[in-house]
Order: sequence, then C-alpha cells, then structure tokens
Amino acid sequence: MRWRLRLSGTQTRPSRDVPRAVTWLLALALLLQVGIAAVQRTPAARAQDLPALPGPDILRALSLGEPIPLAQLLTLYLQAFDNQPGISIPFMQLNYARVEQWLARALELDPAGQYPLLLAAQVYAQVPDTERQRTMLDFVYRQFLQDPSGRWPWLAHAAIMAKHRLNDLPLALRYARALREHATGAQVPGWASQMEIFMREDMGEYDAAKVLLGGLLHSGAVTDPHEKRFLIERLQQMEDAEKSSSPSKKRLGP
Amino acid sequence: VVVRAHRAARHPDKLQRQARAQSTPGKNAGLSAHMSKVLAIARFTLLEALRTRLLWLVLGLLVLLIVGSLFVRQLAITDTARMQLGFLAASMRLGMVLILCLHVAGSMAREFNDKNVDLLLSLDLPRAGYFLGKLLGFVGVALLMALLASAALGTVADPVALVIWGTSLACELVIVAAITLFCAITFVQIMPAVTFVVAFYLLARSIAAVRLMSGSQLLPADEWSTRLTGWLVDGLALLLPDLSRFTSSAWLLGGADGGSALAYVVAQTLIYGALLSLAGLFDLYRRSL
Repeated sequence: MRWRLRLSGTQTRPSRDVPRAVTWLLALALLLQVGIAAVQRTPAARAQDLPALPGPDILRALSLGEPIPLAQLLTLYLQAFDNQPGISIPFMQLNYARVEQWLARALELDPAGQYPLLLAAQVYAQVPDTERQRTMLDFVYRQFLQDPSGRWPWLAHAAIMAKHRLNDLPLALRYARALREHATGAQVPGWASQMEIFMREDMGEYDAAKVLLGGLLHSGAVTDPHEKRFLIERLQQMEDAEKSSSPSKKRLGP
Repeated sequence: VVVRAHRAARHPDKLQRQARAQSTPGKNAGLSAHMSKVLAIARFTLLEALRTRLLWLVLGLLVLLIVGSLFVRQLAITDTARMQLGFLAASMRLGMVLILCLHVAGSMAREFNDKNVDLLLSLDLPRAGYFLGKLLGFVGVALLMALLASAALGTVADPVALVIWGTSLACELVIVAAITLFCAITFVQIMPAVTFVVAFYLLARSIAAVRLMSGSQLLPADEWSTRLTGWLVDGLALLLPDLSRFTSSAWLLGGADGGSALAYVVAQTLIYGALLSLAGLFDLYRRSL
C-alpha cells in the first residue's frame, strides 16, 4: 500500500507474494462481514423513546468545550429521530414537551443557531393537532423574545401560521405586535413590523391600524418611495373601508 | 539464548522431545513445531504485557474509576447504585479500549524498532505463524483485561448480566486488539495507527446513529447528494461492526436483555476478528524486511 512508503520508509512486496489461501480467506471474511451486516435490521427510530436531556450546564460540560457541535448533533439526532420509514404518523406520537426540551437545549448551547427554530416552526408545528401546533408556536415566541433581531423570521412565520392555520387572529396579532415592538434592528425588513397593521385591519380594528400606519409613515422608517406610496394607499383604503364599514379585500401584492 | 539455557537446565527431556519432533520429517511434525513457536510468541507477548506493568496500569485505572463512581454515588439523591454502576460500566469500557489500543500499538512499534520482527522471521517460521502468535498474545491480554473489569463490577452488578456484559466486553476488546494489530503492521508508527483505531472505534460506535440521520425524510430524496450520502453510509455500515450493540450498560442496569444480543456480538467478533487478522496478515506478507 502506497501510504506505507511515506509513513515507514519501507518497501512493499507485490501482492503475488501473499499466499493465495490468505487472499481467498480475506475475500471470504469480507463477504461474511457484508453478509452479517446486510441481514441486520436497518436501525429504525421509535418516537416514544426520545429520552430526556440533562440541563444546559451539564451538556456544556459534556461537550468538552465544544457546545456548538454538540448543539448541532442534538438537532440532527432529533431531526432523524422521528422521520424514519415505517412510522406512519411520526410527529403525532412524539412527546412534544420532550421535543421542546431538545430544541431549547440546542438553542442554549448555540444561541446563534437557527436550525432548532426552523424545526419548531416548519416541521413540528405542521402536525394536524392544534395543541401541538400551539406548543411549538409558543416555543418560537418565547425564544424570539430572547433574541428578537436574530430570530424574527421564525416569529413572522408563526404569526402567519396562527392566522391562516389556527385561524386565531388574536394570537397572530400578539406575535405581530411582538415583532413590531422588539424586532427593531436595522436588518429587520419593513414588512415584518407592518404585519400588525394589516392584522388589525383584518380584525376590523381600523383606528388602531390607522394609528400604527400613520405612526410608521411619520417616523421616517419607510424610505423606499414605492413602499411609502403603497402604505399611503393602504391608509386611504382603510379610511374608505371604515366609512363603508367593510374590511378591505385588497391584499399585499407580490 | 539465556531463556533456552534456563529451559534446557529445567526441562531437558521436554526440549529433547521438541528437537526430535522438529527433526522428524513429515507435515504433522512441522505443524507441531510451528504451533509450539506460535504459542511461545503468544506467551512472550502476554509476558511482555505483564512486565511492562500493563496489569498495574489497568488496576490503577480501575481503582480510579471505582473512586469516581463512589463520588457519583455520593452526588446522587436517588438510584445511587444504578448511577454508580452506569458510570462505572461505561467508563471502564472506554478505558479498557484505549489502554489496549495503546498497548498493542506500542508493543508492535517496539517490535519493529528493535528489529525483533526481522529476527523472528529469519527463523524457520512462516509470517502467518508470527502474526498468529502476536494475535493470540494480544487476545489473551484483551481477555485478561475484560476479566479484571468484570471482577471490579462483581460487587455491584447482577451476576448473570455481568457475565453477558463481560463476554461482550471481551469480544469488543478482541476486535480492538485485531484492528490495532492490523494498523500497527500497516502504518508501523504509533500515532497514525492509534488515530486510525480511535476513528474506527468512534465510527463503529456511532454508525447506527449516522445511518439513522442519513435516512431522514426531511432531506430531499431526489437530490443526487442525498442519495450518494445514503449509499456511502449504507456501504460503510456493511464494512463496520455495529459496536453500539456491544457491551451496553443497559444490560447491567436492567434496561435491556443482553442475552438476546450476545449471539450477534459473538458472531460479529468471530467474523470481524477473522477479517482484520487476514487483512493484517495480507499486509505483513507484503511487507519487505
């Protein structure tokens, strides 16, 4: 083998110098190994077996100074745990309190990581079970409050889910208000802070929506002329709609 | 020469019988002579382990781990015995594997550096005989270490579960001895050999989890990179022993029945031990002295 020349400085003899019996037996042993490995069952995840995790301090100690790779491993393991063939409704069988604990631990070990929040908002919140959906959305909300500038996209997603999937406008409004109040960083786009206005409009709270929209325009936060014109038009539509006592049907364009 | 002289003084009749057997023409006599040399190499390998204070090192580690487990027991509020047993079993397993790996790699490196291999192979002994002797010696060391580790758990574990756990640990250590011997012959130097063995061990312990992750339905199934990764991991799983099914602490803690897993453990050890031994032998035959 070539690497030996570099590592040990010794020469190798040609393969024909190896007794034929050794070569054949080696091939046979290799076949047997492949055989025994092939007949073993493919490892399959069982949703009910997701274990509890120790506290963040213990996990940090166990990571031997590398908490971020440990957080990534935890996330990948959790992701793979319930997504195996043979499990018909994997997420429904999961203990969501345990899932939430895993996601929270991963975020505690790696606060800058977005993966646990993606799993919460886009994967575990997609089950056809309102309670579980609410659990995950609430988890996203609580995590957002700890780092609004970094985690606002997931709360925006949660607000949309609360509105369209749960049909719970007050909950969606709560999330949208949190976005406006806390996600104030320069990197947060305008549409995220404006969500509350349109939700209030949908709820028929025209006065509140108008105040918010007017305040937004007055604050000078909107600098793009197209966006400014669009928002002024919406303000006008709200006033018109309020006069005719019917909510605006026009929605945000592409 | 000194050893032979001592032997001759103590057992003159035995050596005469050996000499007669060697001088007698015939296949059986030749085989018998080779076997006695193989056993002598195995015996000296075992003696080397004892004289390089490996036994004391193992005992020292066991004492250290027992003290550590008592500390864990003191920290626990409930399930104190289970906590102690779990810590002790898992740490002993890892400790035995690391010590055996370092011992085999160090011993073989010394053999090559001192030209003992060249000397032994210049005698009337096929390379297979030398390899088998060393392998038997290291397997003996592995069994001794598994026995000591099991004995250390004797007072706190259920005897039946302990026998199963100890057998599995012995099998695991045999695989580690075989892979380290193979690596020591292939890489000659300690560092690359030990690095390879540690990487192999960690991968073999985690291959089931890696396979589980690579099969996630969240990954895009129609992308070539996903399929390629899946094939690679499946291929790797075919070539590696699943060490996560070996020597589980849960067997001692009543969480799982080790008896049902033991058949796989023994079969896998026999097959993988043979595979690694033949691979090592293949490399030894290709080695130019």
